[in-house]
Amino acid sequence: MSDAILNQAYDVQRVREDFPVLSRSVHARKGKPGKPLVYLDSGASAQKPRQVIQAMTRFMEEDYSNIHRGVHFLSQTATDQFEAVRTKVARFLNAPSDRCIVFTRSSTEAINLVAASYGRTFLNEGDEVILSIMEHHANIVPWQLLQAEKKIVIKVVPCDEDGVLDMDAYKDLLSDRTKLVAITHCSNVLGTVTPAKAIAALAHERGVPVLFDGSQAVVHGRVDVQEIDADFYVFTAHKLYGPTGLGVLYGKYELLKRMPPYQGGGDMIESVSFEGTTFKAPPSRFEAGTPPITEVIGLGAAIDYVEALGREAIAAHEHDLLQYATQQLSQVDGLRIVGTAPGKGPILSFALEGIHPHDVGTIVDQYGVAVRVGRHCAEPLAERFGVGPTVRASFGLYNTREEADALVESLLAVKEFFGA
Amino acid sequence: MMDDLRELYQEVILDHGKHPRNFRHPDESNREAKGENPMCGDRFMVYLTVKDGLVEDVAFQGRGCAISTASASMMTELVRGKTAAEAERLFHAFHELCTQDEPDIPEGVDDETMEKLMVMSGVRQFPVRVKCATLAWHAMNAALHGEAAASSDQY
Ligand SMILES: Cc1ncc(COP(=O)(O)O)c(C=O)c1O
Repeated sequence: MSDAILNQAYDVQRVREDFPVLSRSVHARKGKPGKPLVYLDSGASAQKPRQVIQAMTRFMEEDYSNIHRGVHFLSQTATDQFEAVRTKVARFLNAPSDRCIVFTRSSTEAINLVAASYGRTFLNEGDEVILSIMEHHANIVPWQLLQAEKKIVIKVVPCDEDGVLDMDAYKDLLSDRTKLVAITHCSNVLGTVTPAKAIAALAHERGVPVLFDGSQAVVHGRVDVQEIDADFYVFTAHKLYGPTGLGVLYGKYELLKRMPPYQGGGDMIESVSFEGTTFKAPPSRFEAGTPPITEVIGLGAAIDYVEALGREAIAAHEHDLLQYATQQLSQVDGLRIVGTAPGKGPILSFALEGIHPHDVGTIVDQYGVAVRVGRHCAEPLAERFGVGPTVRASFGLYNTREEADALVESLLAVKEFFGA
Repeated sequence: MMDDLRELYQEVILDHGKHPRNFRHPDESNREAKGENPMCGDRFMVYLTVKDGLVEDVAFQGRGCAISTASASMMTELVRGKTAAEAERLFHAFHELCTQDEPDIPEGVDDETMEKLMVMSGVRQFPVRVKCATLAWHAMNAALHGEAAASSDQY
């Protein structure tokens, strides 16, 4: 009942009009019309609403300048707008202060920053970092680099057949040797949402800080870093309907304060001399060089956009799509969905018996359906489920039930093609 | 548009994809190389038995999509019985066919062989799938040259 009311209020057709690319067709050729685009790859990167595109264009046309360094009018204007987005991001995550928000190039860079700065400083030989089996390579490889350098030990929390994180195993892995936990808040393959608050609470009993990879989680629901009690939380703007080239690291201030710089350069120093250089306080300390200024403005617009639609309303809409698509896909013979955790995000990875995902991807693409195929930058997970590469359909705030139908139809065509 | 698909997934290709020929690990082989597509993790081992400059046997094993499996299967049939020099020529001919709109085919490839190679040329309309089609060929060529693996950036 309440779902129905929410969904009525959510006018997806109007939402779609905000996204110029969604009205295009693909594969038009030699005077033949193409197929309407059915974009089911938002998990890889989301499309951008006109509001974001226009905010970035307007900023470049009217207010653009470098920030934090000019005394002139435009520099001041640009700096004010840039810093206002920092405050907005803090509010978006319910961070206690905008001093806890560091702008990075991506989620990837945010995690590398923590591994390089916090990891190199506070982790030593034999110390353990706990990851999970469902990590994106972005939350595996930085720790492996640290492993090579500092001889730390990486422990991996498994998941069950549904893709639910094994909390008992996690408890068993936690020990006096554990020095950091780094776990995804939402799997980009399985859609599993992990119990962040419980993960953090257990680690904190031992005084161990926790980093969450929120790249997928911030897109599909409200995140409150204080409620979770996250020590570090990262996300990337391009999956949140914002621009590429920009990520966010939230860190508790008392941790950030104790961490050395990640990169050196302009804007992060208090004074430079060849006898010694002193660094600014966070977040500036971690923002060496000219940041992606226009992109930060774009992220501000993206946050305004999802907040205007309402994060609960978006989540309800996506949940409806997930349920509907799951139901429809389950009726396709020989289709196996990988990732069936309760409360999961709108991400559906699956395998079609006897047909390789690459072939599926190529054929459904001819029907205008854009999905991701492969191992989705999570090879250990693909091995865990013994399926190798899969097809992934990921839904965003602009997708519709008709698009889920289009996916199913195109899959039936694939099966017919292969006589399966 | 669907014509391109039919062109890519011709009956012969679907057949080789489902029932690959020479899909085995021969006891006798004296050269082998791995081909791997990092995008999807598909991986083939190609085994050659080369004696006195003649490729007496070709076989392969591994996991791949219909295109890469069919291409590997057809490669084994085409290369068997050829001299090492001829096999290399076929590799270059095939590579041209898959990547160039106006392929520059080396001298000395007969019409019947060309016709069989042409079956795969539909992949030109699908640039991201070229790696699939050429995977086993690259591995074969690497094995011919005594290399253990086809380097992934040359596809
Ligand atoms: C869970 C997860 N973590 C990290 C990343 C990396 O994001 P980016 O490439 O923007 O750094 C992604 C995106 O693919 C992701 O899905």
